[in-house]
Amino acid sequence: MTNTIACVEKADVILVTGSNTTENHPVISAGIKRAVTRKGARLIVVDPRRVKIATFADHWLRPNLGTDVAWINGMMQVIIAEGLYDRQFVEARTEGFEALKQVVAKYTPEYVEGITGIPAADLAAAARIYAGAKVGNIVYCMGITQHITGTDNVKSLANLAMLCGHLGVEGGGLNPLRGQNNVQGACDMGGLPNVFSGYQAVTSEEARRKMEAEWGVTELADKPGMTVTQMLPAAHDGRLKALYIIGENPLMSDADIQHAEKSLQHLDFLVVQDLFLTETARKADVVLPSKCFAEKDGTFSNTERRVQRVRKAVEAPGEAWDDWQIVARVAGRMGYAMPYRNAEEIMDEIRRVTPSYAGITYARIEEEGLHWPCPNPEHPGTPVLHKEQFTRGRGLFHAIDWLPPAERVDDDYPLYLTTGRVLYQYHTGTMTMKSEGLMDRAPESFLEISLRDARVHGIADGDRVAVTSRRGTIHLVARVSSQAVDGTVFIPFHYAKAAANQLTNAALDPIAGIPEFKVCAVRIAPAA
Amino acid sequence: MGDHDMLVMNGNEFTIEPGETILDLARRQGIEIPTLCHLKGATPTGACRICVVEVEGARTLLPSCTTPAAKNMVVRTESPKVVEARRTILKLMLASGNHNCAARGSDEGDWTSFQLEVEKGDRSEELCPVWGDCRLQDLAYRYQVTGEGLPRTAIPYPLEDVNPFIVRDFSRCILCGRCVQACNEIQVNKAISFGFRGAGTKVVAAGDNPLRDSDCVFCGECVQVCPVAALVEKDVRYRVRPWETTTTRTTCTYCGVGCQLRLHVKDGRVVKVSGVEGVAPNYGSLCVKGRFGFDFIHSPERLTTPLIKEDGAFREASWEEALDLVARRLESIKAAHGSDAIGLLTSARITNEENYVAQKFARAVLKTNNVDHCARL
Ligand code: SF4
Ligand code: SF4
Ligand code: SF4
Repeated sequence: MTNTIACVEKADVILVTGSNTTENHPVISAGIKRAVTRKGARLIVVDPRRVKIATFADHWLRPNLGTDVAWINGMMQVIIAEGLYDRQFVEARTEGFEALKQVVAKYTPEYVEGITGIPAADLAAAARIYAGAKVGNIVYCMGITQHITGTDNVKSLANLAMLCGHLGVEGGGLNPLRGQNNVQGACDMGGLPNVFSGYQAVTSEEARRKMEAEWGVTELADKPGMTVTQMLPAAHDGRLKALYIIGENPLMSDADIQHAEKSLQHLDFLVVQDLFLTETARKADVVLPSKCFAEKDGTFSNTERRVQRVRKAVEAPGEAWDDWQIVARVAGRMGYAMPYRNAEEIMDEIRRVTPSYAGITYARIEEEGLHWPCPNPEHPGTPVLHKEQFTRGRGLFHAIDWLPPAERVDDDYPLYLTTGRVLYQYHTGTMTMKSEGLMDRAPESFLEISLRDARVHGIADGDRVAVTSRRGTIHLVARVSSQAVDGTVFIPFHYAKAAANQLTNAALDPIAGIPEFKVCAVRIAPAA
Repeated sequence: MGDHDMLVMNGNEFTIEPGETILDLARRQGIEIPTLCHLKGATPTGACRICVVEVEGARTLLPSCTTPAAKNMVVRTESPKVVEARRTILKLMLASGNHNCAARGSDEGDWTSFQLEVEKGDRSEELCPVWGDCRLQDLAYRYQVTGEGLPRTAIPYPLEDVNPFIVRDFSRCILCGRCVQACNEIQVNKAISFGFRGAGTKVVAAGDNPLRDSDCVFCGECVQVCPVAALVEKDVRYRVRPWETTTTRTTCTYCGVGCQLRLHVKDGRVVKVSGVEGVAPNYGSLCVKGRFGFDFIHSPERLTTPLIKEDGAFREASWEEALDLVARRLESIKAAHGSDAIGLLTSARITNEENYVAQKFARAVLKTNNVDHCARL
């Protein structure tokens, strides 16, 4: 997030898109709902489902799946045509405005209605509200990123925020909500193929020299490695021989599960380190038991870049170890000593090599976490990014045209399917499904479908149905719901039985490498 | 200081900050005025009247939570009149329903029949489940009152526990309304409200339904703010007593909000989770996963020893053996096929320190940049 979680309560206009906030980030949704009900903020929700947060909105815009760039361009067309943009901000802090203006010119509300299905007048009204905000805040989640055009979608939202001068201000900003507790931290720490910790590029000679000196090694690889969405195919065709997986369950979370499973089978050696014998761990040659959050010390970095303490409360079961300890001992056996005695010593090393974390000590975050960048021990942390200028200096507008999703409905597969989460389950369910209470509330997968679609397909609430895409078929219970919009069905992806990702499309965003989980075409029929 | 408004509280002069109530000012100055219904961040309701104070010139005692601090006021927070009023309120509360801790007091041996009555409704022979962790009990001791001498008013509403998480015990509800404020103004779930009138007043969910058939999303905010035993976690009620637990503060392991929470531990097991009040990012709030989704920690399905697959089946192994095998296989694959034939997936679920060590291992030891995690998935 460019801003903080608390910022939503300081905004007078909030635009939420591609986020089922009340179910996936309930505590942030409470802040949005408070802003609306108690502080008079205006809320615009753009989402293909009538999600609960939409019931709090002044305007709920319903785009067809995979048409985000179109409606965002449409809003910008209105804002530019009506002169509602922040001229001062655009002139002083951005570049590329003319190119943007040219591209969005054709995205009139009427043209956009043809693509997105959003009534032209509604889109224009929402655009005026966002542009007219004193402080406008954009909140988005995987509904924006999990598309082949995910990177374009995010850039388009950034265009919109810059155009209206809503970046770098308290209360505003462009705020992605991270799905998992430490996605932010995993990225910050260099859990990515192209960067060391603190986003220092592996291609940078200087960065490599620095790490080599700290780590006491030579010849660090200077080319970016493979992303997870490249590793699986590489395993499939034999280029990748061994995979070491820590705390992840790609066999459930990958788009197109069957393909992922075959890929792992082709490996010579698979190690999985986890709390449970997950679907992925079952395929491993060696499984290593690790501790859970309640059993270890360390830090997580939340979605607002706030580094917070994790503390040990109970002993681990059996012989489970800290994840760092396991890795350190493997390293030791391979001839490289990692003699850390505790997590804090690791943090000290992180601080030495990671400028944005340099000022973050355990002592400083004892009571309340700090936002990186925090370059030295006196620095108060950075709750709001881009206050004076952008990282690259001037903010660059990206002129982007809308591209249709990889898969579209046709006669054989007449319905769109989108996937997501439910309140009572988390990710692939390895943790939440151990809770009787949560299972009582959300015991099994379901197909969310509108009343009309259900009638058309001869399905009643509670019926078992077969859902088929070009990649597979799953069976589940139909739930007729007013959250569903005609023509689009929804399935949560948590459940191994009736796994939604048997159906989804593994087509990737070419830049972010994120699969298009949010759009595929399916047909449904009453289960035999 | 000349341009600041001042008032006098308990004989001392204090400056007034714009917009603050008498209660705000007192808290700022470290003067303790007891409250029951007051909930930080929500509109004051003045419902319980425990916070009344004496203001010179006012005809009645005034609730400090709703009365603005005003220039030249002379306020007494513990005058005899104030104390008397608080005692009366507490007495009435204790006499209504099933307050069967020592604060209730016993009327000439009538205790036994009272306790038997309570047991019927409560399905337990023990004394109140929040004994020792109750605001009403604390205040009863502080003001030296019991419910003695007043007839017990029976509560016509039975206990509700047909959901996995929360038990609603109307017999110990003091109708302070904190849960209603928490649900409507803090979490904005709008699941509960005051229903019925007069002596029959009750906190109801969606037309007096069980919680599970209402808009309730089991965030548990109401449980955390309930000052008495009217709302208690189901797994805690009569199973965990506050003096049996220790707490450790940490960060939630589920979504990216990173809520600050306390793990309550009894006999080496996490038995309850509560939100840490007064600090970012969640200021005490949690969601159902963070508050109630901790069973996995002590699940019997946790892995407790390394496993090695042989002939398609796992067998248990020692760390020695497992680590040796992993190191040896990685070495030989690296030697035969090169570093880039190996990949490592680190995790959005583990700590920063662990992610750092994992990527360092890949880069410095395996000598590959094939490092990623599954957040794209
Ligand atoms: S709710 Fe409080 S006052 Fe009432 S019986 Fe329980 S401990 Fe005592
Ligand atoms: S658990 Fe949450 S939603 Fe349910 S009644 Fe309590 S505060 Fe409201
Ligand atoms: S308590 Fe809920 S909202 Fe808070 S971090 Fe955990 S999962 Fe997220």
